[in-house]
Amino acid sequence: MTTTTVETSAAVTGTGAAGTARKPRARGERGLAGSLASHGILIVASIVALFPVAWLVFLSLGPDKDDYLHPGGIWKKMTLDNYSFVLQHTNFFDWLKSSLIVSLGTTVLGVLVAATTGYAVSRMRFPGYRKFMWVLLVTQMFPVAVLMVPMYQILADLELIDSYVGLILVYCSTAVPYCAWLLKGYFDTIPFEIDEAGRVDGLTPFGTFARLILPLAKPGLAVAAFYSFITAFGEVAFASTFMLSDDKYTFAVGLQSFISEHDAQRNLMAATAVLIAIPVSAFFYLVQKNLVAGLTAGGTKG
Amino acid sequence: MTVAIDRATGKRRGDRAPRPGLGQRLKNGYQKHWYAYAMIVPVAVVLGVLVIYPLVYGLYLTLTDANSLNTARTIGVNHIDATYKFIGLDNYKDILFGPTSYDRFWSHFIWTIVWTAVCVALHYCIGLGLALLLDQKLRGRTFYRLILILPWAVPTFVTVFGWRFMLADSGIVNTALDALHLPTPLWLEDTFWQRFAAIMVNTWCGVPFMMVTLLGGLQSIDSTLYEAAEMDGANAWQRFRYVTLPGLRSVSATVVLLGIIWTFNQFAVIFLLFGNTAPDAQILVTWAYFLGFGQQPRDFAQSAAYGILLLAILIVFTSFYRRWLNRNEQQFAI
Repeated sequence: MTTTTVETSAAVTGTGAAGTARKPRARGERGLAGSLASHGILIVASIVALFPVAWLVFLSLGPDKDDYLHPGGIWKKMTLDNYSFVLQHTNFFDWLKSSLIVSLGTTVLGVLVAATTGYAVSRMRFPGYRKFMWVLLVTQMFPVAVLMVPMYQILADLELIDSYVGLILVYCSTAVPYCAWLLKGYFDTIPFEIDEAGRVDGLTPFGTFARLILPLAKPGLAVAAFYSFITAFGEVAFASTFMLSDDKYTFAVGLQSFISEHDAQRNLMAATAVLIAIPVSAFFYLVQKNLVAGLTAGGTKG
Repeated sequence: MTVAIDRATGKRRGDRAPRPGLGQRLKNGYQKHWYAYAMIVPVAVVLGVLVIYPLVYGLYLTLTDANSLNTARTIGVNHIDATYKFIGLDNYKDILFGPTSYDRFWSHFIWTIVWTAVCVALHYCIGLGLALLLDQKLRGRTFYRLILILPWAVPTFVTVFGWRFMLADSGIVNTALDALHLPTPLWLEDTFWQRFAAIMVNTWCGVPFMMVTLLGGLQSIDSTLYEAAEMDGANAWQRFRYVTLPGLRSVSATVVLLGIIWTFNQFAVIFLLFGNTAPDAQILVTWAYFLGFGQQPRDFAQSAAYGILLLAILIVFTSFYRRWLNRNEQQFAI
């Protein structure tokens, strides 16, 4: 991958060299050589990006757990047996259920709580405002290691270890501050005159929020929801520690359980990985444009 | 001011011109802001219960010698009370200056710094390079973009296992290297190559985010600036240096900071790539996890102390970063 960067700068200069020789042209046009170089680099980069995932898909078709060592053999005995085995004889659907409960729980709870907060900090300057924003900011950079041990102790005291509620609460501790921050940025873009008009027409502050601002903020809410969902779905550390019984594993934990010290069912693991990756990536592709816009807006506008 | 929902109200409070008595102020504050507080209550409760309380409790644990043998626990029907005791700052002293502190803390610390610096530099440079390529008028640009964000779209815990298969002793990478008559390192066993592999995998995972955000930044640069630069005879490099880079400054400041925080805290890649098998390739976050949960007996106190140290490092770094940006008069709102 390092070679890619080196070539990149070469391509940029190539662009200019080819360009200066030509008549007036729009920005972004370039000569044949530049074009070929750009395509070449992008094709190489695409292959690098695609290959590990494609390889996983390919390996998932091999019936034997050691097929990854001699992949050439897979062509001859390609089969979907792994998939049917995973779907029928493993806890796949239990894991799916846990993952969905935990991710959706985090999303709903996190966005609800974060929306009220984001609105409050966006519209009102109350005493303690700056400190509060600072707390929201610092919370975002907590390494997992900071909260892991105390959370474990507290949840153990409350007997919430190995329960969905416990994990949802833990995820909310990271999702809520981030979403509040992001939604504050979004609410800031909705004109205050709308609130005022609502108040003049006799809505309560909560009425203004629920009936005017929330519907207008739908795109922002959607971004916050996607973000919470995706982070909760992909989280590894807390899930590995707090979920103990194997029918409550989320996918991130369940996938690890295929490789134990004694046995590594790599073919089944690859098949499960593919089954997880397809819907999640599809979802991601649907929302990615909004996600990117929201992330940068939350980051730069504050 | 019947309508309290605007910034003016709040600012007026800050003026402190005629200062009424405390009781009156509290009452005024309550009347003006009660719904602001009501809306913040949920998050204040959540933050208090889920962040502040664990943080304080974690701080307290770092001052004790708690481990899994002396904390309160329930075995079957028997409940055993906690017997750990307060030992002051001994944990920090032991981590930072104790015997073998180099092996336990400083070596991981140095590796974490190297890891963060190399990963973010690679993320940024490759991301910027690809973004520049995608910013041109190019056939199939959308198609490339969709493929290039694939590593971001697929959950990390899935792709890391793909890499693990590829990097295994006789996996595809070594087979390919062997076919080219190149040396075939033990990616998942030898310390140097473990670190190399970790950086490689993390770079692979992190480039799409940088690429997409920087592409957004590139597209928001006013194209008349490029035209003006071209009229003034700037060549491609000069246009890049004096138009593109300054135009990207505020986006870059944000994504680099985010990248540093995320990479510093990156847990999944190293944990899933090596598990507990590679003590030398663990960055501080995964090492703290190993101390607290990967070994027996679990050393809760030291693990929590590592957590607090990590947070301190991040906070110090971020405040310096902000100060440095402010000195360079950057637009940076975080």
